[in-house]
Amino acid sequence: MIYRSLFPRDFLSELDRLQNELRQSVDLSPSIRGFSRGGFPALNIGATAKSIEIYAFAPGVAPASIDVQLEKGVLTIAGERASALPAAETPATAHIDERFSGRFRRVVTLPDDIDANAVDARYRDGVLHISIQRQTATQPRRIAIQ
Amino acid sequence: MNKTTAVSKETRPASESAALVPPVDVIEDTGGITLYADLPGVPKERLSLHIDADTLTIEGELGLPLPEGIESTHAEVGLPRYRRSFTLSRELDADKVSASFDNGVLCLRIPKAEHALPRKIEVAVA
Repeated sequence: MIYRSLFPRDFLSELDRLQNELRQSVDLSPSIRGFSRGGFPALNIGATAKSIEIYAFAPGVAPASIDVQLEKGVLTIAGERASALPAAETPATAHIDERFSGRFRRVVTLPDDIDANAVDARYRDGVLHISIQRQTATQPRRIAIQ
Repeated sequence: MNKTTAVSKETRPASESAALVPPVDVIEDTGGITLYADLPGVPKERLSLHIDADTLTIEGELGLPLPEGIESTHAEVGLPRYRRSFTLSRELDADKVSASFDNGVLCLRIPKAEHALPRKIEVAVA
């Protein structure tokens, strides 16, 4: 759980977190790709009539080192984030160690109507934004009455 | 050393909007403390750092450009704001804090005050 809310300040989101943890601990058959929350990078996914928008919250990762692949309707975001923690031999102490480090990989199944050739990926302020267009044939259309 | 890094009790009114707690790394070496905080999606102009007496507050607002008509289908970052406070200890020099913010990672360097820097004490042999 990387982005957590403090208890007294936001009761509802804290309940949400507890509920998630509870669900994970009793969920006997989670998704084949693991639990949906608490991974790195955190993902927000949205849809418009024309596109699917994926926001991967991956701060401090060099954009060139992120590997984004789209294959058979499955989107994979992979890469590596270096640790900021001091090496063992240096005379420094890590008091808090909460940030993710190491290799990461997240996989998203996309809907069937996406156009695999119209994908746009941008990295800004630590967020990777992937925009995938839907096929024009399946977009809602107004039909003129003759 | 625990007191330095403990998350302080929030002193702001509870009515203020809810915020996410960004994950941090806090590393201390002989010259001071380095704090790294993950604030993805926050543009530089929406990040604010406050030092009030001995309380350091980091606050940031998300500034993602959202396309028109977007409907969220899955959200792991569920609030548009980050906030976290720390209580600084006395040996840190709050006037000399330097900060950099790059690709959503805030790096704060808080040096120790001159008088608190470690020094070697020579033992004179009589």
